[in-house]
Amino acid sequence: MTDTATLESIRNTVEGHDVVLFMKGTPLFPQCGFSSLVSRVLQHMGVEYHSVNVLEDMEVREGIKVFSDWPTIPQLYVKGEFIGGCDIVKEMFETGELKAFFDEKGIEAA
Amino acid sequence: MPMAADDISRLIREALPDAQVEIEDLAGDGDHYRATVVSPAFAGLPRVKQHKLVYDALGGRMGGELHALALITRAP
Repeated sequence: MTDTATLESIRNTVEGHDVVLFMKGTPLFPQCGFSSLVSRVLQHMGVEYHSVNVLEDMEVREGIKVFSDWPTIPQLYVKGEFIGGCDIVKEMFETGELKAFFDEKGIEAA
Repeated sequence: MPMAADDISRLIREALPDAQVEIEDLAGDGDHYRATVVSPAFAGLPRVKQHKLVYDALGGRMGGELHALALITRAP
């Protein structure tokens, strides 16, 4: 079960950075194709982001699903707001919505 | 156990009876799917909420026995 300390710690992470990506692996060594895709989109756009490798912490791996009420990883947060997983980020990137969204939030993106 | 495409489709239609559902088996392995779901229920909802409706329809299987389901949702 996910305890409140874990949820609190996730909340601190999400609120402590403009852009947070919860992923399997790291941007340099992604351990899952979906996580890899989202991190590559952010890198391609030149967006600075904080990444959390959920594989290093079982509590966070399960906790983030409860916190976001979302069953899969990766998960992208921008300014404390849950944006979505791989499908949504990919679609927003392809339609140009992601760039517009970062602009609107005052986050530097190319 | 991986899920059959028909089961995925059936679960989504049960929860969203108006939906048109198309399932593609991306890798031919019965484990990596893409679902395109078109439903009036999605009208006016942000994508996160649209996808959430489909995940809810799958009743907790997403991320578990169904580990790779790419999702495309839209209103008709």
